[in-house]
Amino acid sequence: MKIVLFDHSFEGLLSAIFEVFHLRLKDVKLMRQNNHAASFFDEEIWVSTDQEKAARVAKGIIKYGGKSDLTWLYRCFLSELAEVPQLILAYICQLMVDKHSGKNDFSRDAVIQLQKINKMIGREKHRMDAFVRFEKTANGLYFARIAPDFNVLPLNAKHFKTRFADQEWCIYDIKRDYGLLYDLESLRHVHLPSVNTFLHSTPPDLLAEDEVAYKKLWKNYFEHTNIQERANKKLHTQHVPKRYWKYLSEKYILDY
Amino acid sequence: MNFDRIKEKLSILADAAKYDVSCSSSGSKRTNKKKGLGDSSGMGICHTYTADGRCVSLLKILLTNHCIFDCAYCVTRKSNDIKRAAFKVQEVVDLTINFYRRNYIEGLFLSSGIFKNADYTMERLILVAKKLRLEENFNGYIHLKSIPGASDDLMYEAGLYADRLSVNIEIPTQNGLKLLAPEKNREDFLKPMKKVRNEIVKYKSEKKLIKSTPVYAPAGQSTQMIVGATNETDAQIMYTAAHLYKKYKMKRVYYSGYVPISYDSRLPAIGTEVPMLRENRLYQTDWLLRFYGFSIDELLNQKHPNLDSDIDPKLSWALRNLHLFPVDINKADKQQLARIPGVGLKSVYKILQARKYRKLGWHHLKKMGIALNRAQYFMVCDSRDFLKADMSAQQIKSNILTQGKSKYKPLFNSQLNLFE
Ligand code: SF4
Repeated sequence: MKIVLFDHSFEGLLSAIFEVFHLRLKDVKLMRQNNHAASFFDEEIWVSTDQEKAARVAKGIIKYGGKSDLTWLYRCFLSELAEVPQLILAYICQLMVDKHSGKNDFSRDAVIQLQKINKMIGREKHRMDAFVRFEKTANGLYFARIAPDFNVLPLNAKHFKTRFADQEWCIYDIKRDYGLLYDLESLRHVHLPSVNTFLHSTPPDLLAEDEVAYKKLWKNYFEHTNIQERANKKLHTQHVPKRYWKYLSEKYILDY
Repeated sequence: MNFDRIKEKLSILADAAKYDVSCSSSGSKRTNKKKGLGDSSGMGICHTYTADGRCVSLLKILLTNHCIFDCAYCVTRKSNDIKRAAFKVQEVVDLTINFYRRNYIEGLFLSSGIFKNADYTMERLILVAKKLRLEENFNGYIHLKSIPGASDDLMYEAGLYADRLSVNIEIPTQNGLKLLAPEKNREDFLKPMKKVRNEIVKYKSEKKLIKSTPVYAPAGQSTQMIVGATNETDAQIMYTAAHLYKKYKMKRVYYSGYVPISYDSRLPAIGTEVPMLRENRLYQTDWLLRFYGFSIDELLNQKHPNLDSDIDPKLSWALRNLHLFPVDINKADKQQLARIPGVGLKSVYKILQARKYRKLGWHHLKKMGIALNRAQYFMVCDSRDFLKADMSAQQIKSNILTQGKSKYKPLFNSQLNLFE
């Protein structure tokens, strides 16, 4: 078996797929560079990201599967799951044979798996739309920390940009140590070394004056909108899994 | 802002508003304008869930819980000995904006006890919405309560700023209303509802001719009925609902299991369990009406005035109509597929897509995640294993109930292994 390694990006994966076709490689395993533990028996091929090659593969996908196939594969890629590059390769190989999208062929294994992953991505993206809690900082920036299971932040960009068009905000993925920053004009990816990625909320001394008061009001509202007589803990944690609680100000105990 | 005072008001007025179960923030087409704040063109988001598992998407409060009426089923009723409070208009505006900017909420759901009179109350509600739209350039979601008895002029104005308007019917039958809220009459509820419906219809037709027609209540109207406060049947509730959908073009009817809040002997005693299962069955019925193409008399009628509690309404209907089954998964049209118990609309879509590529057998259906424990008795697919042809309704029901919990039943496993 040949192992084809690529860097962490989607373009990297497409470049690797380009080489698989170009070199007519059979029996390959695609892997992200850092997911890989060297094996003694397998031959390794390292493919560096090449925008041009990536673009050609993307064009091919669009030609047969349409834009929606490309987005679909990209979304699955964001899951960062180890098996995804291989599934994407399998899908593209079939696409080149069929010459039409097989995305809805729910009887095919690779498709069912990718659809499942795409669904998980969608769910996580929606969770972030919902669970982002901005904290107003002393300099007026609305700052939120997230740590999604998958790398969905790029998918959230549009939603937040249209919604919060008149305020400066930043959503920071503390797990992957990068964020999206909106400065009233445009959006960009940022890496902020000053952010302490061990904290789940911003230290009080960096917050705007009334920020803590609003957090308390929100928590207070949350408690009073509940109907005791209908308590249903199971349903509650099903909707708001415990691992997200630390980012939700209505759930954590305010200790300042 | 005096935060302590606001906090106290918020506690009282959120407490009083929580029995209104509507939490929807979808269905509006309001987009962000001129780089303002907010957008409600999406599907609506639940930002969190209460400990009882209900969606929190709007800041749901009363403007005040002072009320001149004495409806027996309501915590805010005049004779109830509780703390009263009232927000100032600007306080509600500030809370909404500050919660929205922090991504806590999709918008505001503002209701109120009736102080002075219906119009005076309605005017205050409108003022909040107007300030949010005009002064704050707020494009988030606004749901206003239509106060029973409010004038047509005010209802017209309300629709210019609100995304959704609602009047709660609360008591499904005329007799129940007479018993529990003798000062109120049905006409007061229906009047604002009618006005809003007419304006929505008018808006839609004018919009086609004149592009600049101001938007009117783009997310439509909804209402709520309390379930289990009087001794109404499920049929009475659902026929009223069906009527409201049809005649008043309701977007949603909500069903709210009565939470006992009073020692009044006309009502279920405090400590009586909230009828949540019944509520759930009513919602299932509601979905069958709105999305699955069922008509009300198929599900509830003189012979069958109440829903079964042990099985869902679609299964119950299917068992009463076994002559319409089995349905062939590989040939049936969308409507027929949607009537198979255990097959939801998502599964219908998957079946329609997948069968373009090949004939579907049990193992395909299982992989799609279809609830075969129910569905298998009502369908045939590309397999000779259809063993249920001569089972009676009673047998099928008891089979399904004994297999109970597990969603995917192992009955077909031995055959499945042959395929895999
Ligand atoms: S008028 Fe409304 S708020 Fe007042 S008691 Fe009746 S239901 Fe409650």
